[in-house]
Amino acid sequence: MNAANNHSGVSLQVRGLRKSFDGQEVLKGIDFEVRAGEIFVIMGPSGSGKSVLLKHLIGLEIPDAGEIRIDGEPVQSEEIAAKYRTAMVFQSGALLNSLTVGENVGLYLAEHRLKSPEEIRKTVSEKLADVGLADTADKMPAELSGGMKKRVAIARALVIEPQLILYDEPTSELDPISSVVVGAEISKLQERTHVTSLVVSHDRDLAFGIADRIAVIAEGRILKIGTPDEIKNFNDPLVQKFLNAEFKHHTK
Amino acid sequence: MFENIGEMVLLFWRTLLALPLAWRQRQKIFDQFFEIGNASLLMVCILSFFIGGVLSLQIGPFMADKGLVGYLGGIVGYAHARELAPIMMAILIAGRIGSAMAAEIGSMRVYQEIDALRTMNINPIHYLVLPRLVAIALALPMLVVFSILVGWFGGAVVAAVNSHIGVSYQGFFADLRNVVEIKDVVNGVFKSFCFAIIIGIVSCHQGLVTIGGPRGIGRSVTKAVVNSIVLIVIFDYILTRILLK
Repeated sequence: MNAANNHSGVSLQVRGLRKSFDGQEVLKGIDFEVRAGEIFVIMGPSGSGKSVLLKHLIGLEIPDAGEIRIDGEPVQSEEIAAKYRTAMVFQSGALLNSLTVGENVGLYLAEHRLKSPEEIRKTVSEKLADVGLADTADKMPAELSGGMKKRVAIARALVIEPQLILYDEPTSELDPISSVVVGAEISKLQERTHVTSLVVSHDRDLAFGIADRIAVIAEGRILKIGTPDEIKNFNDPLVQKFLNAEFKHHTK
Repeated sequence: MFENIGEMVLLFWRTLLALPLAWRQRQKIFDQFFEIGNASLLMVCILSFFIGGVLSLQIGPFMADKGLVGYLGGIVGYAHARELAPIMMAILIAGRIGSAMAAEIGSMRVYQEIDALRTMNINPIHYLVLPRLVAIALALPMLVVFSILVGWFGGAVVAAVNSHIGVSYQGFFADLRNVVEIKDVVNGVFKSFCFAIIIGIVSCHQGLVTIGGPRGIGRSVTKAVVNSIVLIVIFDYILTRILLK
């Protein structure tokens, strides 16, 4: 692990990333760059390859072709977790159900023996307070709501003092109020620590609410990268169909 | 089952390489050890008592008819120590603990908890497999020693109480002492150690390769128990051949 003592973000470059499963090509040559310290949202419909892309970026999948660079330095997929302080907030939160909330948040520090038990308790309290869950350290994950689980997952990510945080569908399964709270946490975190944040989501409100830049992905390809305003005005049928999809009232 | 043997050997090798980290994981090992003992002790006690008892009941009257009832303690003691206690306890633990291991690790895999560990640079083999394997490798031999003692007692009770057999406690244990040597008990304990490794590796491997949600977890649990039992029986034959020499 790099020994940097702050969260200051790293840049991320992805070039020509390809991945197939059982002969079906899921990523068809993905190219994009995330600037250090920005919130970059990859937005697209379900099944467009967003989660598979994220797994490559955190080192859980190895690409068939293409490369990932962090701060311009090419890194193998399997090296990423070991070489850079990257953290991922999973769609489900992925808290360890057999541990308390406090043990979940302090797991990284405890397993790598980076701090004494007393210091870990203090850090856990601070990080939980940062996400507005100061009194939950002794609770079990099963006792928390979906939104609280996601915020605990963010607190667990913060303990790593990450240079890059990846969020997988951070507002899925949440009610609108909880979605806004989680989105606000992501923004506040970026303002406070200047960590690079890459968010994968199909939530249009979240994307336009927090993103510095947005990439639209569909069928394993990036269709457009731009600021929220540029994306809104991008005249592509697939992008416009995704952005303007809404329920229609059927009248008899 | 056999197509995964290579993966299981690799998992065993990686866990062996992680053994120096066992002291760091001592709290988890203790927790697992306690869970195995706590969950199994009563069942081990009941099962062993009745295995010893039924062995006496099956053999005792026949030997009494042939005038060989004086050898009953030795035969029951020898068979229970070398064969019945290790294999029956291994099958019990495969069902009781192996299934729990596969289910727990499998659900962690399905619900991305193992992915979360990897993103924190925590090796799932060190964190999940090592404590379970060390705990079961310590607990099963201890349970087998306990099972041997209870099984002998069960055999002695039936031999004394059953009117067709009519061997006293003193007579049963005197013959048992004449026939059964300490190496027979060590033999059974060694077998159980090998069976524990099989249960631990098969169950953890099945958990780690679980895919497909709750149905996948169920499939992994079934495969963990069935594959463990099949391998235990195969290795029982191989170990018996080796240890008889």
